Amino acid sequence: MSVMTQKASDTTGAAAPVVRETARQTRGAPLGAPAVTPTAPIAATIRISVQDINAFYGEKQALFGVNLEVPDNAITAFIGASGCGKSTLLRCLNRMNDTIPGARVEGRILMDGADINAADIDPVQVRTRIGMVFQKPNPFPISIYENIAFGARTHKLAATKAELDDIVERSLRRAALWDEVKDRLGKPGLGLSGGQQQRLVIARALAVSPAVILMDEPCSALDPIATAHIEALLEDLRKHTCIVIVTHSMAQAARVSQITAFFHMGELIESGPTDQIFTMPKVDQTQNYITGRFG
Amino acid sequence: MTTPVAHRPLTAGRRLHIGDTAFRISLFAAGAVVIVVLLSILTIMFVGGKQAFDTFGLGFISGTEWNPVTQIYGALPAITGTLLTAVLALLIAWPIGFGIAFFLTETCPERLRGPLGVAVELLAAVPSIVYGMWGFFVLAPFMAEYVQPWLTATFLWIPPIPDTFYWFTAPPIGVGLITASLVLAIMILPFIAATTRDVLQSTPQLLKDGAYAMGATRWEALTGVVIPAVRGSLFGAVFLGLGRALGETMAVVFVIGNAIRMPDSLMAPSATIASVVANSFPEAEPGTLDLAVLLALGFILFVVSFGVLAIARVLLRQERMS
Ligand SMILES: Nc1ncnc2c1ncn2[C@@H]1O[C@H](COP(=O)(O)OP(=O)(O)OP(=O)(O)O)[C@@H](O)[C@H]1O
Ligand SMILES: [Mg+2]
Repeated sequence: MSVMTQKASDTTGAAAPVVRETARQTRGAPLGAPAVTPTAPIAATIRISVQDINAFYGEKQALFGVNLEVPDNAITAFIGASGCGKSTLLRCLNRMNDTIPGARVEGRILMDGADINAADIDPVQVRTRIGMVFQKPNPFPISIYENIAFGARTHKLAATKAELDDIVERSLRRAALWDEVKDRLGKPGLGLSGGQQQRLVIARALAVSPAVILMDEPCSALDPIATAHIEALLEDLRKHTCIVIVTHSMAQAARVSQITAFFHMGELIESGPTDQIFTMPKVDQTQNYITGRFG
Repeated sequence: MTTPVAHRPLTAGRRLHIGDTAFRISLFAAGAVVIVVLLSILTIMFVGGKQAFDTFGLGFISGTEWNPVTQIYGALPAITGTLLTAVLALLIAWPIGFGIAFFLTETCPERLRGPLGVAVELLAAVPSIVYGMWGFFVLAPFMAEYVQPWLTATFLWIPPIPDTFYWFTAPPIGVGLITASLVLAIMILPFIAATTRDVLQSTPQLLKDGAYAMGATRWEALTGVVIPAVRGSLFGAVFLGLGRALGETMAVVFVIGNAIRMPDSLMAPSATIASVVANSFPEAEPGTLDLAVLLALGFILFVVSFGVLAIARVLLRQERMS
């Protein structure tokens, strides 16, 4: 953990003077009680702090005592075999597990120092600050335009139609989808191909400029060109956003992330700066997974 | 040494699968029975009622006078009563049914969900004659005593259509259009609630999650994502309720007042096609115009209900496919 905090602080050092847009300023405001102040300069760069998390689906435990610090202005990659709990942890971070009957989370998750599971915190507020791209693309059954405008309308980010148009165009451009859909914005989002839908939901998440973005395998259905676009987008977003990405591609984790966390059967085996995890992991299991050796 | 089946070359000629064929024939027979029954009902109604259409022409549908003594029969009062009660019942039952369905699927505590769902379904199991008696002995006096005077006083401001329709201004006699509509509303409520609940439940969780993850509240997720996804099916539920309300007989006979004339207010005693047929059938002699008229009424109701249900089916199926 100490290694990670150090790494986090130098990423922030470089990106600190970024001027934030007004919309983001309100959305990035601390949750709930205004009394929350960062305790130390280092802590201020930790956006999300996961402390002793155990997650359950009914009787089945999916996460075992996970501790992790997610820094701001950096990309954190979750890697690990299928079923090891990556999506589960991701859903814990924005309280999406609330919507699964029987799902239960123990432990604390702090966002900017505030416990997101506290009784007086409204999950809607948490999710307003933390955007999410799901493992399976889930466009709304409305037009492409309305898909992107949904969040902006919900949170009243646009005062005029022109502003809304602008948000829609900008978001679609950033997700490298604009050129493909600009002539059919009124058509249903469900009419797009799988890869286009994936970019559509990325654009939808971006449209509200969340302070944190959680992405569950956002490139799983994308061709190499679209993938390169999205990776460039992530690198750009990182300047003013905290990003967590789940990926099954070691190459992608190595390319885009600054922090990597390796999970195995519900446990966080190892986490730290990506180059260290990939070049000299401390645990053999990590080494084996990364190099494709199992046993 | 024989080659395994999967590796033998394909040969021409189909083998006869006896079991399959027998099964197919019996399935076809079962399906055919339904069609034959349906068509024979339609034919008998039409043939039996033909005399009415021959005598009055289209005037049978548009005529406002119903007089067995002079043998003049116009179906418009009964048609109006049928449509008015059904639509009013729908207006009352739909918002409540939708509310119940939404509560059951979204905000209801887990412990309550089962019992409440069962209670709604039990409502559908109450025999209609029981609703009729309850309507006559309990609801109608209550309406006459409290609700109707209040309605009259409250809605006095609605301008009447002079000499034609006075909305809520009428003597509070209990039985009549609005009481029948209320009873009908209670009867169709479980169908609307159950169908709407099934429709809402069929919305993929992933879709709702997408809305919640955007920081939407339950209400925003419902109106912005869930309802657009299932709009057609929701209308289907409405039409299903309408179809039931149109044909309901026993309960209505008790509370509608059975006056076959054009209603001059929403509280007026009136009649529906079903109630007219039920009331007059015992006295109609075979071969008379009296009977032909009733069969013709039945034919009209059949066609209308069939149309409404067909629309409901189409709407409900549309979403399943997409
Ligand atoms: N809704 C659920 N109900 C019950 N068990 C679940 C549910 N979702 C996940 N699980 C279980 O929790 C464990 C972790 O699942 P999770 O989806 O977090 O894995 P993952 O690491 O994201 O896998 P993948 O790479 O395949 O997406 C698995 O054993 C899975 O079967
Ligand atoms: Mg997953």
